[in-house]
Amino acid sequence: MKTTMTVNGQASTLDLDPRTTLLDALREHLNLKGSKKGCDHGQCGACTVLVNGVRINSCLSLAVMHDGDAVTTIEGLGVVGALHPLQEAFLKQDAFQCGYCTPGQICSAAGMLKELADNWPSQETADLTAAIVATDAEIRERMSGNICRCSAYPQILAAIRDVVGAVA
Amino acid sequence: MRPFTYERATDAASAVKAVSDNPNARFLAGGTNLLDLMKLEIEHPTHLVDVGRLPLAAIEETADGGLRIGAMATNSLVAADPRVRARYPVLAQAIIHGGSPQLRNKATVGGNLMQRTRCAYFYDTTKPCNKRQPGAGCSALEGLNRNAAILGASEHCIATNPSDMSVALTALGAGVEAMTATGAVRALTVADLHLAPGDTPHIETALSAGELITAVTLPPAPTGGQVYRKARDRASYAGGLAMVAVAGGQIALGGVAYKPWRALKAEAALAAGQTPAAAAEAELADARDSGRNAFKIALTTRLTVAAIAQAQGGKS
Ligand SMILES: Cc1cc2nc3c(=O)[nH]c(=O)nc-3n(C[C@H](O)[C@H](O)[C@H](O)COP(=O)(O)OP(=O)(O)OC[C@H]3O[C@@H](n4cnc5c(N)ncnc54)[C@H](O)[C@@H]3O)c2cc1C
Ligand code: SF4
Ligand code: FES
Ligand code: FES
Repeated sequence: MKTTMTVNGQASTLDLDPRTTLLDALREHLNLKGSKKGCDHGQCGACTVLVNGVRINSCLSLAVMHDGDAVTTIEGLGVVGALHPLQEAFLKQDAFQCGYCTPGQICSAAGMLKELADNWPSQETADLTAAIVATDAEIRERMSGNICRCSAYPQILAAIRDVVGAVA
Repeated sequence: MRPFTYERATDAASAVKAVSDNPNARFLAGGTNLLDLMKLEIEHPTHLVDVGRLPLAAIEETADGGLRIGAMATNSLVAADPRVRARYPVLAQAIIHGGSPQLRNKATVGGNLMQRTRCAYFYDTTKPCNKRQPGAGCSALEGLNRNAAILGASEHCIATNPSDMSVALTALGAGVEAMTATGAVRALTVADLHLAPGDTPHIETALSAGELITAVTLPPAPTGGQVYRKARDRASYAGGLAMVAVAGGQIALGGVAYKPWRALKAEAALAAGQTPAAAAEAELADARDSGRNAFKIALTTRLTVAAIAQAQGGKS
């Protein structure tokens, strides 16, 4: 089935078996191996990508569902020499050990920044009607859809904090 | 996954027709439950009708002062809506206590209502399960039933409905609008959407095959505090063991039955001036366990007491 997506700014038309997940289309058909298959069941976040700027689990979506969509993977977020601020911060804070979860963590954090800017609530938000304050508890909760088996959580938080800035 | 054909629906009526006409067709919304079950070959539709982009995602005011939420609205957008946050905080809270941000960005209101149980044996195709295979037997009765139902179960199925969102909807007395095969839209309630397992646990909802949920309707919020509480094994990104939604004098329990459970006995006790503890005990007097889930009776009772007290402005 013909599916056209804009992936990292480039239009691609693929002829896919409808069973192909967005994750498999990116990895196996477009050779973008940054997005990882940790669980393939929505339970780990390693496959997180941005679709039209919104973070989702690419393992629980069919590529054919994304005909016409703009997809951003870790490869499109930044490139060597022009890294995304989150990529720079992950390097600076040593926010990984094996690195397997890292592309998902960074894409997820990028999606989270937009959700914070849009004042979306999380279960840590005490007052649903006030402006969100990006406390450490808020950031941890908002990143809870990304599991790190190496448990680099403190450094991941520090890297995101570098980009979000200190809270008063 | 077994092979299937895929179409993107252009309008609700033709989507309903496509699924009503084909017993092996299913609606696909966010896909976060259906695709998971298809990968495990628990569900094996031969045709998917993608309803995710139908223009049924608006959140609008209703004439009676409530809200009408389109079935394709994502869980995230409902929880982020300023009207929902100001007037129905229990609904926003319930949604953001479920899954992960990535899942909520994809999951829809309709899909969340129709999501299937997380019973371990329903997911394990090597074990008997009456819900997957009618008449095969229920492995959970004598098995790993730590998260099984304590209310409304039958000897044929003790599975629970895992949804957080629908617990709040039930406490709020929400309605469901669904389009039937004739193209007509009928109204039912969230509380009446799921059917008791009885001896047909594979028949889960009051919707007929091919019937499409188009919206959820919220009546004006009852006066009084709103609270959502969820007890689970991890602080985040874990399904619930017990959930409680309180909206004024209206209460619903989650994780305890085949459906979000409106706690009418607890409500009546409270209305009669009884304490939160007496109200919780009245509701759970009929609770029955299956062994490993015995702790859920005490857990649900305590969580209910805490949620009512919190909603009444006291300490939790
Ligand atoms: C790892 C993980 C953790 C989760 N944790 C939680 C949790 O803590 N709390 C919680 O509440 N949920 C949780 N979920 C479940 C999640 O909320 C559901 O998967 C989601 O809400 C389903 O919505 P969807 O739009 O993706 O549905 P889909 O997967 O597209 O569809 C689900 C079912 O509904 C049917 N359907 C969809 N839309 C309609 C409609 N409009 N009318 C009629 N039928 C329809 C489909 O045919 C299908 O049978 C979790 C899921 C995962 C994978
Ligand atoms: S409780 Fe229900 S879903 Fe679980 S094994 Fe028994 S019949 Fe199947
Ligand atoms: S691979 Fe998608 S969530 Fe784990
Ligand atoms: S760095 Fe190894 S899983 Fe996160």
